[in-house]
Amino acid sequence: MLDIVVSVLLLVGSVFILVGAIGLIRLPDFFMRLHGPTKATTLGVGGMLLAAIVHAIDYDFSLREILISLFLFVTAPVSAYLLGQAGLQRRVPSRAPVPEEYRGLRR
Amino acid sequence: MLTIALYIAFGSIALAIIFCALRLLRGPDPADRVLAFDTLYINTIALLIVLDIHQSTSLFFEAALLIAMIGFVATVALARYLARGNLGE
Repeated sequence: MLDIVVSVLLLVGSVFILVGAIGLIRLPDFFMRLHGPTKATTLGVGGMLLAAIVHAIDYDFSLREILISLFLFVTAPVSAYLLGQAGLQRRVPSRAPVPEEYRGLRR
Repeated sequence: MLTIALYIAFGSIALAIIFCALRLLRGPDPADRVLAFDTLYINTIALLIVLDIHQSTSLFFEAALLIAMIGFVATVALARYLARGNLGE
């Protein structure tokens, strides 16, 4: 019974991680690529940590695996924000259309 | 059943690491490379956690926590460097 729960959590986590990496390699510009892995990968690691907690119930039950998950949930948005800021400052080319109010203004 | 799920997890994390390495090698802008590095260390954490489950220990937990902390600091420093051109004030 426990094995089934662990397996399902592992599969969910690996699907999320794989989707994040595929987004990283396939999406066309930097800001879209920023979008993919920073969200999906955090969820994937979260699923795997839940699987580790459930699997360790028998021999070494502790909630300290939550610590990594919490740390990643706090730090992933911060690093994504800083990377987006770096991309803006470096004027990385973007495919997104200019918003309507700013259509005529070219810097 | 758990064994099959573990091998699927190992395989997909390895594939994800290969994709990140490809993006790290060919990313057109340095910001892409830093993003690929960020994803790479998160995948390494996931690999260590799956190894924990596979070996039925909690030995690698501390290693995963250390990788998370050092990787975050490295990403922040690299992103600040890319945004500003220097690290100090």
